[in-house]
Amino acid sequence: MITKVRSHITQNEPPLFERSSPGKKGYQLPVLDVPPVDAVAALGAANVRPEIDGFPEVSEVEVIRHFTRLSTWNYAIDLGMYPLGSCTMKYNPRVNELVARLDGLAWAHPYQPETLAQGAMEIMARLEAALAEITGMDAVTLQPAAGAHGELTGILLIRALLEKRGNPRRKILVPDSAHGTNPATAATAGYAVENIPSNERGMVDVAGLERIVDKDVAALMVTNPNTLGVFEENIKSIAEILHKKGALLYMDGANMNALVGIAKPGDFGVDVMHLNLHKTFSTPHGGGGPGGGPVAVKKIFEPFLPLPRLKHARNKWSFDYKRPRSIGRVRAFYGNFGVMVRALAYILAHGGNGLRNATVDAVLNANYLRKKLEPHYDLPYKAPNMHEVVFSDERQAKRGVRTGDIAKRLIDYGFHPYTVSFPLIVHGALMIEPTETESKLELDLFVEAMTSIAGEIDTDPELVRTAPHSTRTSRVDEVTAARRPILRWKPGETASKAAD
Amino acid sequence: MLAACGLASAEDLFSHLPDDVRLKQPLALAPGISEYEIVDYFRARAAENANGYASFLGAGVYAHYRPVLVDAVVSRGEFLTSYTPYQAEISQGTLATIFEFQTMICQLTGMDVANASMYDGSTALPEAALMAARVTGRRRILVARTVHPEYREVLRTYARYEHMPIEELAYVPESGGVNLEQIESTLDDQTAAVVIQSPNFFGIVEQVEAAAELAHRRGALLVVLFTEAVSLGLLRPPAEADIVAGELQSFAIPPSYGGPFAGIIATKERFIRQIPGRLVGETRDSRGHRAFCLTLATREQHIRREKATSNICTNQALIALMATVFMSVYGKQGLRELAEQNLAKAHYLSSQVTPRFTGPFFNEFVASSNGRSPVEINHALLKKKIIGGLPLKQWYPELENGMLLCATEMTRREQMDEVGRAFQAVERVA
Repeated sequence: MITKVRSHITQNEPPLFERSSPGKKGYQLPVLDVPPVDAVAALGAANVRPEIDGFPEVSEVEVIRHFTRLSTWNYAIDLGMYPLGSCTMKYNPRVNELVARLDGLAWAHPYQPETLAQGAMEIMARLEAALAEITGMDAVTLQPAAGAHGELTGILLIRALLEKRGNPRRKILVPDSAHGTNPATAATAGYAVENIPSNERGMVDVAGLERIVDKDVAALMVTNPNTLGVFEENIKSIAEILHKKGALLYMDGANMNALVGIAKPGDFGVDVMHLNLHKTFSTPHGGGGPGGGPVAVKKIFEPFLPLPRLKHARNKWSFDYKRPRSIGRVRAFYGNFGVMVRALAYILAHGGNGLRNATVDAVLNANYLRKKLEPHYDLPYKAPNMHEVVFSDERQAKRGVRTGDIAKRLIDYGFHPYTVSFPLIVHGALMIEPTETESKLELDLFVEAMTSIAGEIDTDPELVRTAPHSTRTSRVDEVTAARRPILRWKPGETASKAAD
Repeated sequence: MLAACGLASAEDLFSHLPDDVRLKQPLALAPGISEYEIVDYFRARAAENANGYASFLGAGVYAHYRPVLVDAVVSRGEFLTSYTPYQAEISQGTLATIFEFQTMICQLTGMDVANASMYDGSTALPEAALMAARVTGRRRILVARTVHPEYREVLRTYARYEHMPIEELAYVPESGGVNLEQIESTLDDQTAAVVIQSPNFFGIVEQVEAAAELAHRRGALLVVLFTEAVSLGLLRPPAEADIVAGELQSFAIPPSYGGPFAGIIATKERFIRQIPGRLVGETRDSRGHRAFCLTLATREQHIRREKATSNICTNQALIALMATVFMSVYGKQGLRELAEQNLAKAHYLSSQVTPRFTGPFFNEFVASSNGRSPVEINHALLKKKIIGGLPLKQWYPELENGMLLCATEMTRREQMDEVGRAFQAVERVA
């Protein structure tokens, strides 16, 4: 039975271009207080464009209706649980939005004099210090714009240190359970990637690792807890093996929501790591960004951090650009400052104890789901889990229903699906991360939905295979989209003859 | 819940962690504070920054008016608190807005395809250079010195380990535009791309068509970069380019001390499989209705892993949405009028000072100070609650008297007169 939702009417809405007609407008500019300038005279006829062909011409009310209608076609955390594993879809506090929009912060220009940017620099410094404390690392750069950007920064730092030691080395090791960004990053930083298999408990195989770490290995990129939600219990031995051979330990901090206040990567041998402010520190995902990917390092990497660095002297903040061993810039200006503001607001709201409580609740929620769903779904790895739990569709696949189908059926029950088919080491994975912000009431509804779907698969697998049934858009033909790509609107050209 | 999990206490959740990795003392962070105190803290920090100043800073970050509809739309929880639209059936809102975004970027730039956004302009540039290297099978990149200096620094960071040699092209000292003769003499059969910015860092409109012809003659691509998107309301689109990379901050994205912004990469149809980042395509659902989904994912890291076109995962969807709402509000006529106002203001400002270069400019230009240094002029202006232009000496030692000044539709005539007086006062002293 579906108790969480019932259907409601949504408005049809075509692409804005189909609402356009010549002369409609939704703006008003002030009267010019200087003489107008003839564009052709100022720029030269060859430099002036004709009108922007196809650009929208709509009224103000049409704009707000257009985007409001489109918004109702989305699922969101504000509507309910969003248990995407490894994405940490927790509540995004609205006060964070308010403070990021304060004039003195939102309108600060990156080149305004440092004397008139002390508040912004103080915010950055305080966030750096808080993240260093949380991770147990010595220094933090806030410049990277997202997790993968942080990974690249981190691997470039490792490369810079090894180069200084005389040999940048050739290879980066990546467990087969890793996020796709890890191998892609290593390749971008000029390293060969060697994938290493996990052991039967889903962890890095320590004996195997010891055999392959040699003088060619620059680093191991490990996610801890890993993508199964399992803490790498041999993490200290792993670090020792690497360090003994002059290699380094990089940690992907995507799953830091399981560790804040419980354990510090700096204490278990991690040399360089990134954090995702849009995961652990509650900044909104916004439909796929913006993010923030700070990198935390041990002291030895400090000289190599991206330019510029914050410096405090005589009670004033300034930027230090004279750092000859820096890897350079990874982004213009200082990073996604607006995201930093939100993350610091989250940290200030929680304080040390509050952050730890959030971790405890996140891990408790995931364990509660594991316990409740284990009777219905196959749990391939039995090691204790932290903030997320990964099932497989093994039982359901026997009836021809796959993880992707179960995910789509979950939509009918009013939930966003879990992460489908990842990590790759679990065949037909259902990767579930509830986060700490879900109440027992919401979790119980999720359990009810998952249990009910398991029952449907026994009695009516076709119902699940053809889901979702209640959405305004039914299953989307992704094959045709890739085969005959239509990547922009053109008059009279549409993949569909039917109404929107 | 603990009981349901068979646990006696919350601590038992962590009993499997090795004892020597478990934290023994609390985090050394201040206790949590209330919502009121949070607002209070950030208000105090905001008050320590510039407040109530007029500003003539541009240089990649521009002060344009933000229509109120922009925040009304991006504050909707359905956009703000959703994830990357992997589950198309319940993400049609985000997907449809990205499809519109891609379309509008194509219309603006004269390109066939645009991606769903990059982190910002400065990271879009190296991604464009890497793309050019993949397309041509060559590695050498020629980049104009009139490309934003910080963007060039980011390009160098990325290029270093991709074994892409970067060489810089001088500007013509009179016009402030890239030296076309040097492009011609420096291009060779190893060159993957020529990179120019238009309007360039000095605000000068570059000769895109001529640069394209030179690049293409040697089999290289032309990458055209922009940092001032409003200029595209008036300037001929860089349609001769092979790749356009840019920054959309001007489209209702707050300066926010340098980010978050949104970058773009747009290109020609034939290079579609080499474009980095997310793409949204139109298709249909099983009932035949128009629908959208992420597509051509076989270029991306979650499928291709180390063979992906880029390691990018998160992009800037919400920020791109700001730009999309902005473009919708202004539309065809409004963006042009807005650009014309910028042109008029900047040209008025230039009439109050001595421009350094002769090339055509849009809404920023280099002014030469005579006598006191740009830093000293700025110091005098600060006393009148005006933040002056950007002194260029740090990046261009030969322009030690140069100051980059920007005027937008928000700049008022009396403020520009004040800047003019500051420059003239200096000249009198000299």
